[in-house]
Amino acid sequence: MKKNLLLSTVLSLALTGTTFAATVDPADKLAGTQTFNFWLLDSITTLDPQLIEAVEDSDVARQLFEGLYTEDGSGDLVDAGAIGYTVSEDKKTYTFQLRPEAKWSNGAPVTANDYVYAWQRLVDPATASSYAWYMELMQVDNATAVIAGEKPPSELGVKALDDLTLEVKLITPLPYFRKMLVHSSVLPVPKAIIEANGQKWTEPGVLVGNGAYTLTEHKPGEKAVVTRNPLYWNNAATVIQSGSFLTVNDENIAFTRYEAGELDTVGIPTGMYPQLSKDRPAEASSAPRACTYYYLLNMDPEKGPEALKNVNVRKALSYAVDRDILVEKVLQSGQIPAYTLTPGAMAGFTVPSVDYATMTQAARSEEAKQLLAEAGYTPENPLKLTLNYNTSEGHKAIAVAVQQFYKAVGVELTLNNMEWQVHSDIMHERTYELARSAWCGDYNEASTFLDLFTSSSGFNDVAYLNADYDKLMADSKTMDDPQPNYTKAEEILAADMPIIPIYHYTSSRMLKTDVRGYPKKNVFGTWYLKELYRVAE
Amino acid sequence: MVTAKLRAGDLSRITDMAEVKGRSLWADARKRFMRNKAAVASLLVLIIITLFSLSGEAIAPWTNEEIDFNVIGSADTEGMPSFASGHYFGTDDLGRDLFARSAQGTRVSLMVGFVGTFIAVLVGTVYGAVSGYVGGRTDAIMMRIVDILSAIPYMFVLILLLVMFGRSMFMIFVGIGLLSWLGMARIVRGQTLSLKHKEYIEAAQASGVSSWKIILRHILPNLLGVVAVYTTLLIPDMIMAESFISFLGLGVQEPLTSLGALISEGSKAIVQGSLWQLYFPLAFFTVTLYAFYFVGDGLRDALDPKDR
Amino acid sequence: MFSFIARRLLVAVPTLLVLIVISAVLMHAAPGGPFNSERKLSAEVLANLQAKYGLDQPLYVQIWTYIRDLVLHFDFGPSFKYKDRTVNDIISQGFPVTLVYGFWSFVIATILGIGAGVIAAIRQNTPTDYLVLTVAIIGAVLPGYVIAPILVLVFTLKLGWLPGGGWEDGEWRYLVLPVIALSTGYIASIARLMRSSMLETLNSNFVRTARAKGLPEWKVITRHVMKPALLPILSYLGPVFVGMITGSVVIDMYFSTGGIGKSFVDSALNRDYSVMLGVTLLVGALTIVFNLIVDVLYAFIDPKIRY
Repeated sequence: MKKNLLLSTVLSLALTGTTFAATVDPADKLAGTQTFNFWLLDSITTLDPQLIEAVEDSDVARQLFEGLYTEDGSGDLVDAGAIGYTVSEDKKTYTFQLRPEAKWSNGAPVTANDYVYAWQRLVDPATASSYAWYMELMQVDNATAVIAGEKPPSELGVKALDDLTLEVKLITPLPYFRKMLVHSSVLPVPKAIIEANGQKWTEPGVLVGNGAYTLTEHKPGEKAVVTRNPLYWNNAATVIQSGSFLTVNDENIAFTRYEAGELDTVGIPTGMYPQLSKDRPAEASSAPRACTYYYLLNMDPEKGPEALKNVNVRKALSYAVDRDILVEKVLQSGQIPAYTLTPGAMAGFTVPSVDYATMTQAARSEEAKQLLAEAGYTPENPLKLTLNYNTSEGHKAIAVAVQQFYKAVGVELTLNNMEWQVHSDIMHERTYELARSAWCGDYNEASTFLDLFTSSSGFNDVAYLNADYDKLMADSKTMDDPQPNYTKAEEILAADMPIIPIYHYTSSRMLKTDVRGYPKKNVFGTWYLKELYRVAE
Repeated sequence: MVTAKLRAGDLSRITDMAEVKGRSLWADARKRFMRNKAAVASLLVLIIITLFSLSGEAIAPWTNEEIDFNVIGSADTEGMPSFASGHYFGTDDLGRDLFARSAQGTRVSLMVGFVGTFIAVLVGTVYGAVSGYVGGRTDAIMMRIVDILSAIPYMFVLILLLVMFGRSMFMIFVGIGLLSWLGMARIVRGQTLSLKHKEYIEAAQASGVSSWKIILRHILPNLLGVVAVYTTLLIPDMIMAESFISFLGLGVQEPLTSLGALISEGSKAIVQGSLWQLYFPLAFFTVTLYAFYFVGDGLRDALDPKDR
Repeated sequence: MFSFIARRLLVAVPTLLVLIVISAVLMHAAPGGPFNSERKLSAEVLANLQAKYGLDQPLYVQIWTYIRDLVLHFDFGPSFKYKDRTVNDIISQGFPVTLVYGFWSFVIATILGIGAGVIAAIRQNTPTDYLVLTVAIIGAVLPGYVIAPILVLVFTLKLGWLPGGGWEDGEWRYLVLPVIALSTGYIASIARLMRSSMLETLNSNFVRTARAKGLPEWKVITRHVMKPALLPILSYLGPVFVGMITGSVVIDMYFSTGGIGKSFVDSALNRDYSVMLGVTLLVGALTIVFNLIVDVLYAFIDPKIRY
């Protein structure tokens, strides 16, 4: 009796998720031509959801395939492939009700088996997906064993109970599990098409998807074109007929082409945001992104430099960076200075106030100087360190500025620009002193950042070890409101300073004024072509 | 029969004439070069530019790496060239003085140009001359080696060198020089093939002069015209190659810069309106190139024994 | 002549094999691998990736497998970065694009360069000479990444005459800007070389003889001067064409043509080994073919050259 009450309560709560589509404001008059030209910085590397690594690839894939959930402009979940779900009492088993009217673009119905196939494929060693670890991150049962080759993919904790019911078993409860289902790696894919065509299945004309659009053209390095899929279950609400994704490798040329009308949206080139936001506020916008930029301080007991083992030196290095100047004068796109790791824009997260964030920069620099002097370093006898960064105008600008900040407090920073391959190797092997790095969240919840510096994290390139921190993060997984633990974790990071947080990203873009429905505030930049429409002006 | 009576002045004239010294071919060449106004002017320009590159940083009130925090971020409005702020050429987006950076950048670019070209010319000319003169199977093998080496995209070799041996300027010279001798070798070999059938070569061979001596004394000097011109083409190519490498992020390390890197940064500023970031380095680059071209022309005219 | 050509083509085969081995060794010697990303891959995932692509084998096995697949199946291998495509796909899609705009750039640069050089030589040291040289040099001075944005600004934004990028299967409107950007640099160098070569030839004895015999100047030039003057240009033109192909990365980046130039740089920076080997072979084959053509033309023009 009690069990059923609980179940029905959970069930009814779950069914209040909304469906979403192009919600045309009745006051708007639609334009005659409904097309949209989107800018890609790089060529598309792959459109196979289980192989996608780059954000831009997922921008395209998102129009062609639809998963259990999509996101709205504020980052909240919207029912898509799933119309309802239940979760077991121990919170380890999720059962999803799938949408019966969902179809593939070749007419076949979308079933739970498609999801099972896709998820098994993600962890299958034969696929060798570099995002296979995402399944582990979702805590799905047996994910680790399958990836290691110890169990066959069929043992993965996902099952099709019937054509329209998908069951997922987790190892531990994960409060934000459903949020993770928006990611491209867990989109369903058509088994028959893949088995018939192998690697060629993503080519235009061959690719079959269940999204609002199908791929009609793909010229690598030049463009990709997607056209309306009439068999999409919510096709009636789609307004945009076709979208083009144009690859332009240079942001300034892309901007020029936007001005010439060949692109409908473009990222704002470095340094142009202040002027554009003043002159053309209807087109220019800037929104926080779920990414943080920071410098790693190598604390490896054998390979890290001696000086960095002193926590006061690390603190000094962080205090001396004038983040306001960086954000206002160098970056100039409304970025947010970061004194802690996780961006405030993450859903449900409040940035804790740490003491050094509230000081003035003058006071901080003074403190930095003193801490360094105590450790024996002065501008006359400076601490010599090197900073590695990978090639980019932006990284260079920040590094040069930081170099000057450090000169004033007694640190002589040598800059080491190298190409990405070498840089990432050196970071992973921990043979650096300071290294530029950044992290973008995988899902809209703070743990995607804070888990980085647990001792078991494979991404902990600074060799940071703190048992209290580990415990806080482990406990947070089962708490209803993990915020207090997150706050404490951030405070520990500020006290130990294994990294120098510098700024939280923003995404600044230009968008033609006749476009509606673009989620400018979405912290992951998750946009859907099916929600856009153009008004007649 | 008329006997010309020797007059008093005649005797001194005759003895004067006996004292005329012989002139070497090189002195001849130098004289011809000096007569070419454009070439001389260009040489002067090059000397001035070189002096600028060596002394510019000492003159400038700012160093090449100092950030002017008043300007940083608003280079479009605050960073214009002016005498008052001490930024004679203006600043870049980070507020660093362009006058000092142009001077230092010119220095780096000139060094890359000279050293790289020197390596390329030395190796390429000798290689090409030997290959062309000896001919036959040796020529075939040597040219095949050139084919193979020119097929290896220089990106790989450069990345490898720069990564294994560090990003020093020396490595950049070596890398660029190593990749450019191939073109020179081909051209020299082509010319040698034509030259080796000339009559004076046949004569030298008939009189038993050794191959090496023929190459050194007869072929090489006659190659000088083409080599000189190609060299003056190479130096700008080197500077451009270095700028391309900087564009890809493998050039000289910050805060050092080169003309190529400055031009690359400046061209990004076109859209934003701070055109001085492009004009000054580009002006130096252009003028330097022109100067090299005219000097090269002058050299060719001067060294070519057939020129009137 | 035919045996010469046949011999050269035969020699090409071991040449290319040596090229493969040298390139493969060089590539693997460089630090870093194809699977580096912000996120360090777990050992298991990395192991799966390497097994899938055969990278866990010793180098000589990898080289042998590569050559075998190449010769037996004409299979250039997979791309590590572009997971939906093989190297065959990349080359067959990108190379024709680059070839088209490379060809036109080559034709234009050669015609304009030779023309300019001839005019400058005939009118040596006159204002015409200086004007021609000045204009040509301006083209050489501006690197591709300076010219391209200016071209797009002027022709696409201000004038609206031409599209700012894209390829559309080589429709002529998409060819114009890439060809301008690619050819300007070479026009200057060809013009200068032609000019100096013409000047040398114009001063030779047989030209003086022809003039003394009373031949009109234009006949002297076309019949007696052009051929020998063209010789040094020929050996330069071979590398020019290959250089246009390998140096077209800026064109691909700025004009979104989808050509293969970008692959040269990208594959090196991404450590995409099979693509690197594939494009290296392509360039190697091109170089060999072009140098062969140049050498044959040499023999036609200069009857004294024997092979």
